[in-house]
Amino acid sequence: MKLTKHSYLSKTVQDLKPSGIRKFFDLAAGMEGVISLGVGEPDFVTSWSVREAAINALEQGFTSYTANAGLLELRQEISNYMEKQFKVSYSPESEIIVTVGASQAIDIAMRAILDPGDEVIVIEPCFVSYIPMVELAGGKAIQVQTLKENDFKILPSQIEEVITERTKAILLCSPNNPTGSMLNKKELEELAAITQKYDLLVIADEIYGELVYDEEYTSLPSISGMKERTILISGFSKGFAMTGWRLGFVCSPEEISSAMLKIHQYAMMCASTMAQYAAIEALKNGRSEVDEMVKSYRRRRNYIVDSFNEIGLTCHMPGGAFYAFPSIESTGLTSQEFAEQLLKQEGVAVVPGDVFGKSGEGHIRCSYASSIEQLQEAIKRIKRFLEFLQINENSRQENKKS
Amino acid sequence: MKLTQKEMEIVEILEKDSRIEIEDVAKMVQLSKEETEEAIKKLEDNKIIVRYITVVDWAKLEENAGITAMIDVKVTPKRGVGFDEIAERIYRFTEVSSVYLMSGTYDLSVIIEGKSMNEIASFVSNKLSTLDSVVSTTTHFILKKYKHDGIIFDSVNKDKRIVVS
Repeated sequence: MKLTKHSYLSKTVQDLKPSGIRKFFDLAAGMEGVISLGVGEPDFVTSWSVREAAINALEQGFTSYTANAGLLELRQEISNYMEKQFKVSYSPESEIIVTVGASQAIDIAMRAILDPGDEVIVIEPCFVSYIPMVELAGGKAIQVQTLKENDFKILPSQIEEVITERTKAILLCSPNNPTGSMLNKKELEELAAITQKYDLLVIADEIYGELVYDEEYTSLPSISGMKERTILISGFSKGFAMTGWRLGFVCSPEEISSAMLKIHQYAMMCASTMAQYAAIEALKNGRSEVDEMVKSYRRRRNYIVDSFNEIGLTCHMPGGAFYAFPSIESTGLTSQEFAEQLLKQEGVAVVPGDVFGKSGEGHIRCSYASSIEQLQEAIKRIKRFLEFLQINENSRQENKKS
Repeated sequence: MKLTQKEMEIVEILEKDSRIEIEDVAKMVQLSKEETEEAIKKLEDNKIIVRYITVVDWAKLEENAGITAMIDVKVTPKRGVGFDEIAERIYRFTEVSSVYLMSGTYDLSVIIEGKSMNEIASFVSNKLSTLDSVVSTTTHFILKKYKHDGIIFDSVNKDKRIVVS
């Protein structure tokens, strides 16, 4: 018997849009000689000491399950790390859960807090999974669009405008994917005041919290009165260059933590054991490597943002992550058109901004997690592409005249 | 001498790739091209940046594949000048590529490059061991260079990431 969509698939899933990133991946994957600025992960391979720790764990035969919340030793290390690096203290026994990437942490956070129809304010442009995650958990994503004029930083007044009776939480990602924008302490305090005024939770996705370049980073729960209303999500993927290990964690007050742990134990059991051993090593001895990576990203960020502005694509200086988000509005193309033509003509892959939400239109996301030589070549090609567009535009104008 | 943070950045960038365009260095450290040139000149004048060289994998060239030996040298230090005088007498030989004063069971670590094992043997027996202060030498020949000055020879650095994610 042939299954038919209509009768068997969940309505929610049928309504989910496929990821725009995926679509672009299919387009770029078959091409030769592509320089990709489309990659959402570090160009560093996980440091050898971390890889070696995983090998050792395998040799020792650590191949069984761990506690649902993760190895206690790892949770203790995470607790120390949060205290030292982000000035907020969480109990390893009751407030920390080790997850399969930050993505799973977002999933269990949503499922733990949402009843059907509950609203979550999602700040756009944002990572492609946010809205589907809210919807899969039965919630309603209320999108708020940040503006280029504000360097894509959310204003508390924008949040206040969309708050309703059903608003339960704000999903915040700072530093942001795709814009790289980061909220500093003052800006977070203003946002905190709103959440306290309306008694909201914040799901703070701080996965890029290690990768900041100018201002000192402030973790949201470190702000007074915020720890009790924050579900903090972080992990090892970006800061420690461990994307493929799929290891993240979520810290929150005990009540929320035990609710999330219920979902986690039924749906996931526990995160990969050898990855957890690797993460212990990363937290114990990985600091200097992280610092080196940050230094290297900072140089590349400076280079690429400066270069974009030089060749005529206006680009704000992002405070963190490894994305530049230049405007391509001057070309008159949509971000999809720009990205597709650029890929076909010059073999440079970027991600069109509109896949991250309407407010991303007119922009492209360019990851600078590539070698400086690759970035130089990419800039050269994009410059040539812009000149080509210009010549076309000029000749069109000529034709009109004659 | 103390460097500013930007000067330090410049040193680190050039140490990895001394042929990078000044304009690119300037962008990376957020200085103007002129300021960057000035900083580099200052670094050169103060001999912080001593020289720009090329790392060559000589082993790839059959005819030029030389031989490198590391020699542990025990010496008797002299009153007043310590190890410096004998070190100088050793490093002045053009065959000697590096000399380090070491802690531990011997005093000087001397690295020599020669065309053949014979050439190095004759240097050690005729020139090095005959120096007054030299008490003993132990010569180790390098069989294969895997990593040199932070550079892994023959490393395959293929980007394993998916193109768009």
